[in-house]
Amino acid sequence: MQRNPQLNEKGELQHLLSIEGLPREILLQILDTAESFAGVTEREVKKVPLLRGKSVFNLFFEPSTRTRTTFEIAAKRLSADVINLNITVSSATKGESLLDTVANLSAMQADIFVVRHEASGAPFLIARHVKPHEHVINAGDGRHAHPTQGLLDLFTIRHYKKDFARLTVAIVGDVLHSRVARSLIHGLTTLGTPEVRVIAPQTLLPAGVEALGVRVFHDMREGLRDCDVVVMLRLQNERMRGALLPSAQEFFKHYGLTAEKLALAKRDAIVMHPGPMNRGVEIDSTVADGPHSVILPQVTFGIAVRMAVMSIVAGN
Amino acid sequence: MTKLPDAEKLCEQLAAELKPRIGPKSAMVGLYTGGAWLAERLHAMLGIKAPLGLMDIAFYRDDYAARGLKHDPKRTKIPFEVDGSELLLVDDVLYSGRTVRAAMNELFDYGRPASISLVVLADRGGRQLPISAQYVGAKVEVPHGMRLTLKRAGDGKLALSMESERAA
Repeated sequence: MQRNPQLNEKGELQHLLSIEGLPREILLQILDTAESFAGVTEREVKKVPLLRGKSVFNLFFEPSTRTRTTFEIAAKRLSADVINLNITVSSATKGESLLDTVANLSAMQADIFVVRHEASGAPFLIARHVKPHEHVINAGDGRHAHPTQGLLDLFTIRHYKKDFARLTVAIVGDVLHSRVARSLIHGLTTLGTPEVRVIAPQTLLPAGVEALGVRVFHDMREGLRDCDVVVMLRLQNERMRGALLPSAQEFFKHYGLTAEKLALAKRDAIVMHPGPMNRGVEIDSTVADGPHSVILPQVTFGIAVRMAVMSIVAGN
Repeated sequence: MTKLPDAEKLCEQLAAELKPRIGPKSAMVGLYTGGAWLAERLHAMLGIKAPLGLMDIAFYRDDYAARGLKHDPKRTKIPFEVDGSELLLVDDVLYSGRTVRAAMNELFDYGRPASISLVVLADRGGRQLPISAQYVGAKVEVPHGMRLTLKRAGDGKLALSMESERAA
């Protein structure tokens, strides 16, 4: 049997490439460790010496502000040195191959590569070629996976709802282009969430989405009923090819989250969004800024979760 | 095997010894897991005003490069002002001194205490760093390859226990 490329021979997390295929124990280990790091991020001195002397290379082949910044903050709070590479304006445009770029950075004594790439599977390719002491963390690859976002979503849900065993979670919007949705669905089912729903028009759902263990709804009002958690996805204009939607206004009418639609969910439901938000497209401002919204805490938790992932992989 | 001292008696003995030293600036921090149990006891017995602090030194260990991060580190909670406090740092067993070093490093990330004193239930020798405890319940000889730990029973009773390092 082929070993899971994310785990070492002892079954410990060596790289974080995808939530899919990670055992429940490792997901819980990451969430529990992040819980302790959340304590560190509340102190006045928000730094621990764990990764002193290690170098973290942020390799972003695709633009990102929030994810890159939170990885940078997380690495710095672990006392690592951080090098940010914006490859879109670098060697890749001069024709250097992905593996050559990585080999060069490895020669500069990298310990962790945080990789975002528009091609699904790019972090897997890198992980197969790095040295044993080097670790790869997927910061989003194509439509495939965004595991640290999925983990911070899980962390946020557990923070507010304590236990996954009774929850109904709805993921709403552009599931087709969303690596966030895929990662979160795998995580929720692995941790025993009894009901995960996706709410979207047929054109924005990947074929065979039911096989992931979700219930599909095309009517948002029906799908939101009695939900504990509502995860809104960004409508990914930059990934849209062809006419999947009539218009953003039309989308908002049917799949935008308004206070009136949210009232169908449980009274204490939380609303999440991975950002960046398109206000007035997938979410109304009154909801985004309202009492159910935990969108900004998600960002804060993301730092602790990324600290946990980096310190776990770098120690294995 | 030599009989281990009674942890409950040592606890009372430590409390009696500490009682006259407790003042308005006194505060206490227990190290997970055994030290936290002991500190919970001592903190209540001594009536220290500042709420009890609990610390897991997982993020400050010096063997991270060799052993990685331990599973399920607990969240450190220091619910009082460290600056200027007279701190009692509590652990169950003092051995190499590395845990205490890590704990002091972590404490200084919370502030600058006026002083730190170390309180341990048992000192088994074998120091690898220049660290000593000011309050020691008992000195215990531990054969090579064995581990001395504090256990807490379902009824809350504390007891010292000796086991093979390999079994742990």
